[in-house]
Amino acid sequence: MSIREERKTEPVEEYYTWTGKARGWLLKHLPADKLLPQDQPSYVASWIYVFGMGAIVSLVFIVVSGVVLSLNGPAWYHVSDFGHFVNSVHLWSVELFFMTMVVHLWGKYWMAAWRGGRTLTWITGMGAFLVSIVAAFTGYLLQTNFDSQWIAFEGKDALNASGIGAWFNVANLGQIFGFHIVLLPLAVGAVVALHVILVRMHGVVPPIDAAETDAQLSGTDRTEATR
Amino acid sequence: MSAPTMSRSDRDGLARRPWRGTVREYDLFKELTVALVVVGLVIVGLSAIVGSPDEPSVTLKSWAQAQPADFVATATAELGGTSETAGYGPPYNTTADATQTIGAFDLQSFSGVQLPIDTAQDLVITPLTTLNAPPSAALDAWNAGSDTEKADWTAAYTDALTNAPDGDPAQVATGDYGPVPVLTDALLTMASQGALDGVLNAQESFYNSDYTRTILFLGDGAYFGDLATAAHLTGDQWGMMNETGNTPGQSWLWLFSFWYQIEPFASAPNADLLVVLLMLVLSVLLTLVPFIPGLRDIPRWIPIHRLIWRDYYKKRAAGRS
Repeated sequence: MSIREERKTEPVEEYYTWTGKARGWLLKHLPADKLLPQDQPSYVASWIYVFGMGAIVSLVFIVVSGVVLSLNGPAWYHVSDFGHFVNSVHLWSVELFFMTMVVHLWGKYWMAAWRGGRTLTWITGMGAFLVSIVAAFTGYLLQTNFDSQWIAFEGKDALNASGIGAWFNVANLGQIFGFHIVLLPLAVGAVVALHVILVRMHGVVPPIDAAETDAQLSGTDRTEATR
Repeated sequence: MSAPTMSRSDRDGLARRPWRGTVREYDLFKELTVALVVVGLVIVGLSAIVGSPDEPSVTLKSWAQAQPADFVATATAELGGTSETAGYGPPYNTTADATQTIGAFDLQSFSGVQLPIDTAQDLVITPLTTLNAPPSAALDAWNAGSDTEKADWTAAYTDALTNAPDGDPAQVATGDYGPVPVLTDALLTMASQGALDGVLNAQESFYNSDYTRTILFLGDGAYFGDLATAAHLTGDQWGMMNETGNTPGQSWLWLFSFWYQIEPFASAPNADLLVVLLMLVLSVLLTLVPFIPGLRDIPRWIPIHRLIWRDYYKKRAAGRS
C-alpha cells in the first residue's frame, strides 16, 4: 500500500473506554468552535442578547462578594465599613442578577427559544431562576438584622404548611448558613453551567418562521455579514 | 410568512440544524470583559451611593424595655398555652386542628413534631430556673398546680391585664392569679437585664445558632409585628418582597406576595398552603412551556419576536422586494 493510499484510509479514532466515549461525545457535540465561537448567525443582533451575559457577570460579583462576606462571618458587616460596602455589593449584584435574568427569561419566551431541540436549555434556565430564588431567600435570612428576623418569622408559615419547616428551618441560622454558602450556590452554579453549555451546544435559536428561502439563510448574501 | 402551510416540525427542523446563513463577528471573551466592567461599575456605583439597609435586630431585652406590658401579656399567654406558638401545631407541638390543610391533604402533620416547644416550660419556667435567685416559691406553686388551675390563673391574669390601664401589670385589679404575676414579673426583669436572650438562645449550651425559640417568642407579642407593620413588611403589605427602608427587596417574589393580597387567599385559614401549591403549579407550567400547546404558541400569536429580530425580518423583506 502506498503512502498516499494509507492517508486515504486513515482509520477513524475508536472510542472503547468510558473515558474515550465521553471524549468522543464531547468532541462531537461540543467542538471547540462551538464552545468558543468567533462568529454568530447574523440574526444574533439585538439588545435582548446582552441580558444573559449580564446575569452571568452579576453572578460572578455575587460569588466574589459572597466569599468575602462568608470568610468574615455573617455579623462582620454590622461592625465594619468595608464589610458594609461588600454587603452592599452583594445585595446589588443580586438585584442586577435577577433583573437581567428575568429580562433574559421573558426575552427567550417571546423568542420561543426552546425550538429546535433546545427544550433542556429552557428547562435548565428555569431551574436556574427557581433555585436562585431559594438561594436569595436564604441570603435575606442571613442578614442577622431586623429584616432577617421578620422574614424568618413570616416565612416559616409557608414552609411549615408545606411540611418542610423542620428541615429548612428559617430561624436556624446555622442550617440556613449551610444552605446559603454551600448547597444552593453549588446548585445555582451547576445549573447555570449546564445551561450555558447547552446554549453553546445548540447555538442561538433562529428567528421564528425563518425559511430556507431567506437570502440570509441560503448564504447568497454572505457579503452582508458584518465580519 | 414564507410557508404558511409548513408544519411546526419543518420549521423547527431549520432551528435544529447548524446555521448556514450569513454570520457576524462575535467575540465571547470581549463581551464578557465589557460586561464585567459595565456591570461592575453599576454595582459599585449603587453600593457606594445607595448602600444597603441594616436595621438593628430586636432583642427580648429591647422588647421588655420598650413595651413591658406587651412582654408580660405575651409571657402570660406562653404560660397559659394560649399564644400563637402554643397553638401552632407541627413542627412545634401537637395542637389539634391547627394545621393548614386542603381536605385530607395535610403536609404539616405529615412532617410531625420535629422541633418540640412547650411554651410554658421552654420560654418561661426553665429560663427562670437558671437565675441566681429564682422565684422558687412561685415556681414551686406553678409546678404543683393542676392543668385547670394553671389555665384559670393565666386566663384571669390575661383578663386583668387587658382591663388594666395601658395593660400595666402594676395596675391590675386584685384577683386569684396564682403565681403567674410573680413569674411573669421575674421574666420581665430577666429580659430587661438582657439575661433571657442569652438563656433562650444558648439552650444550656455554649454554642448556638438556632434562634427558633426567640423568634417565636418575639412573634407572639405585638411589639415585633408593630415594628414590621411600620416598616411595611407584613404579608398584607406585600412585605414578602419588601426590604426595610427604601431599598428594593426580593421583588422577584411579587407573584408569591400578590396572592396574599386577594381573595380567596387573603382570608383563607390555609392561605400559605394554597399559595405554595399554586406557585408550585405555575412554576412547573412555566418550566414545561415547550410541551404545553397554547402556552408555547403565544410567542407566535403575539409577534414580539418581530421587534427582537427586526433586523432579520427587515433584511428578509428587502431581499424579496
